[in-house]
Amino acid sequence: MTATDQLLFQGADWDFRTLQRICDACEQVARDELGLDVYPNQIEVITAEQMLDAYSSVGMPLFYKHWSFGKHFAFQEASYRKGLMGLAYEIVINSSPCISYLMEENTATMQTLVIAHAAFGHNHFFKNNYLFKQWTDADGILDYLEFAKRYVAHCEERHGRLAVEHTLDAAHALMSHGIDRYPGKKSLDLRAEEKRAGRRRAHEESAFNDLWRTVPAGKVKSDAILDIERRRQMLGLPQENLLYFLEKTAPRLRPWQREILRIVRHIAQYFYPQSQTKVMNEGTATYVHYQIMSRLHQQGRLTDGNFLEFLQSHTNVVFQPEFDDPRYSGFNPYALGFAMMQDIERIVTNPEAEDHEWFPDIAGKGDAMGVLRDIWANYRDESFISQFMSPRLMRHFRLFHLHDDPEERGGILVDAIHNERGYRRLRRELARQYDVGFIDANIEVVDVDLAGDRRLMLRHTVVKGAQLSEADAKRVLQHLADLWSYDVSLVETDGAGKVMKEYVANPRNIAVAA
Amino acid sequence: MAIHIVDRRLNPGSKSLENRQRFLRRAKALVQGAVKKSSQDRDIKDVLEGGEVSVPIDGMDEPRFRREGGTRDMVLPGNKKFVEGDILPRPSPSGGKGRGAGEGDSEDTFRFVLSRDEFVDLFLDDLELPDLAKRKLAEVESQGIRRAGYTTSGSPANISVSRTVSRALARRVALRRPRPEVLAALEAELKDCSDEARRAELMAEIEALKAKIRRIPFIDPIDIRYRRFETVPKPVAQAVMFCLMDVSGSMTEHMKDLAKRFYMLLYVFLKRRYRHVEIVFIRHTDRAEEVDEQTFFYGPASGGTLVSSALQAMHDIVRSRFRPDDWNIYAAQASDGDNSYADGEVTSRLLTDKILPVSQFFAYLEVGQENGLSYEMPNSSLWTLYESLRASGAPLSMRKVNERSEIFPVFHDLFKRRSQQERNAS
Repeated sequence: MTATDQLLFQGADWDFRTLQRICDACEQVARDELGLDVYPNQIEVITAEQMLDAYSSVGMPLFYKHWSFGKHFAFQEASYRKGLMGLAYEIVINSSPCISYLMEENTATMQTLVIAHAAFGHNHFFKNNYLFKQWTDADGILDYLEFAKRYVAHCEERHGRLAVEHTLDAAHALMSHGIDRYPGKKSLDLRAEEKRAGRRRAHEESAFNDLWRTVPAGKVKSDAILDIERRRQMLGLPQENLLYFLEKTAPRLRPWQREILRIVRHIAQYFYPQSQTKVMNEGTATYVHYQIMSRLHQQGRLTDGNFLEFLQSHTNVVFQPEFDDPRYSGFNPYALGFAMMQDIERIVTNPEAEDHEWFPDIAGKGDAMGVLRDIWANYRDESFISQFMSPRLMRHFRLFHLHDDPEERGGILVDAIHNERGYRRLRRELARQYDVGFIDANIEVVDVDLAGDRRLMLRHTVVKGAQLSEADAKRVLQHLADLWSYDVSLVETDGAGKVMKEYVANPRNIAVAA
Repeated sequence: MAIHIVDRRLNPGSKSLENRQRFLRRAKALVQGAVKKSSQDRDIKDVLEGGEVSVPIDGMDEPRFRREGGTRDMVLPGNKKFVEGDILPRPSPSGGKGRGAGEGDSEDTFRFVLSRDEFVDLFLDDLELPDLAKRKLAEVESQGIRRAGYTTSGSPANISVSRTVSRALARRVALRRPRPEVLAALEAELKDCSDEARRAELMAEIEALKAKIRRIPFIDPIDIRYRRFETVPKPVAQAVMFCLMDVSGSMTEHMKDLAKRFYMLLYVFLKRRYRHVEIVFIRHTDRAEEVDEQTFFYGPASGGTLVSSALQAMHDIVRSRFRPDDWNIYAAQASDGDNSYADGEVTSRLLTDKILPVSQFFAYLEVGQENGLSYEMPNSSLWTLYESLRASGAPLSMRKVNERSEIFPVFHDLFKRRSQQERNAS
């Protein structure tokens, strides 16, 4: 519209007017040419130390206090000072307004890249992807975190720092098992959560858990009062959300401890979509920044020099080392995601015969952005890869599949390579690597011995022979037992139900010793 | 839609600080171990510099349910030569970690930098400095108060009467406030006057003067001046610490180590109390010399033992460099207690006549063999001598130490004892 053929900036320096100009230019491309739909943006310029700060509290601008964040900070600061680690260029928060942090050290080109990447790429993805819509409350999260911070501080005042710390330690240990994996229970409204917390405190401080009133005191009547089915139903068993289960039914937790479990659970839930969409999210943001930067360059608003600078960092970001490269540490989500987005664009606009066969719905459809926006809205990593990984890309990455069976003495089997026979298997196996249902150990509460010693019984269903690491499992169970206040047992069973290993933990009585 | 840009760089409250302190508290035992270890290899002065410590994060890691083993399927990029059905040899177990494990390992142990205060706190904390001592430490820099002229506002207690009165006088003079004598004279004249016209004139004049007196008060609020005070940092006195050590052949490395720890503690303590602390290292055999720290603790020396030589050296140094009026003088002597018999008399005289009168504090530390029991040590000749001095009232503190762990209690004990003496003296 206006101001094309006019440079946004020259050289590497920037000031706040420049930033504003950059934002406006990016927004114009994002909205008018890419058709992106974003939350309002807020850009915050911060120092390197603040960036480290943000890192160590999982990228959130406000968070409750806990020693582990200090540990991460110290660790990251140490490696940053040694030059082992560069800082991320940006951190972006799934909130409305969407907050993007920019480091002050960045050059003007980098700021443009970051704004295009975070404030438009990630922002669009947060606002439109179904998982985020379903599981996160962008409007409420900042207030909720503020509430959580205040609440935890308040608990420390009332109940002592140590008691709160024990509870948080335990909750953190179970954090990855504090998630509802399937939607439908209720939509998330974090603002209401905050109000509810106050009411709950008032109520629960006077009431007690009705469930336990039904436990018969005498030995004589101790069995068969609650039949198994009814009991399991009342307890909502089996339950894979361990934090939820403890919050609702742990007999001796104080109300504030329940609230803390709930806070940790809500935060885990809030981050759950991010773990399922790493490839897509980064792919989207990288694709968007690439589009915007290229457009700005075409419009004459970036100099050739600035554009080259951009291309260099972009290339670094999407670099994928091969498996035998010492730098290899798994798939780079930026590389994989960006490659797939570009490949989809190619399939939509310039397909080959093979693509027509593999992707009849989108091949040659012509509207790359339309197709991509639709994909960004409706997939997560696992389904995205299993749908859209093309043979051409598998050849490009020279993918191969290894099957490692410890029983097999000879070595590791190359099960599939990038050829006609291998494509589908490769794609399925790669998609599986991103299937959270598959990555996390499948642990659920199966029963509680209500009539007896109130032992909590958990089961880990072993998949493909991968059992829990023993040292860690013992420590997590200890935390669990501390929260539950009675014995906790965990059995590991194989698919057929055969018990492979059994753990028992006794409570230490510190978590409730508030 | 305008994009909001905020400059957060000036945000003061670093979130990391609080979390860092929590982390340090949590890792206290570990960090303390590291601090202890690192202070072993440091020079006394470096202890206050803070620095990097390595903390193994054992017990500091956060457990999660993790799975391991079993059959694994991996899709990898970069196939160059493999075809379906190939069997690859397994990599050695150490190299074959998944990426999750690889990331975690690096946090198991890491080095990080403690600030000076964190370091000293942990260093002292390890020694469980009691509250008594901490209060003393907190008094490090008291603020002095000094007069700083006058001001027009202040508290009534600070009204400067003389200044106020002189200002009032100046004002009354300047505004020509009628003096009471003038009024009295006129009134006297009026009383004696019978001439009507003159009377009326006088009365008018008196009236005018009275009105003027009313208009110009004796003391007006604008005259009032208050004494002004301002706080100034009180010049903090300087201290010198004499480290006297017997380095004759009988002093083992263990004994020197004990002595070093004691000196270190004394130094840290003094450093917190005084802005300027000097250390003088004097080692002696049968003759004494002033040396640097390195030589003091690690230099080889041997010979007979004459404690008086060290005391004489200290006395000479005090005379030439540290005027007792300007310096707080501390001395800590470490020895295994051996002294030549003939030297006792000289030592005793030097101490009572020269050293003790100018010293704030003289500590004698008798260091013993490792694994020895301090109460089983037979009284050495030096100990017996000092004991008798102390019995006759000399401000001398003495202790026996065998183990590192005893250093702090002994230090504390000595310190407490001294303040008791101060109290007795006052």
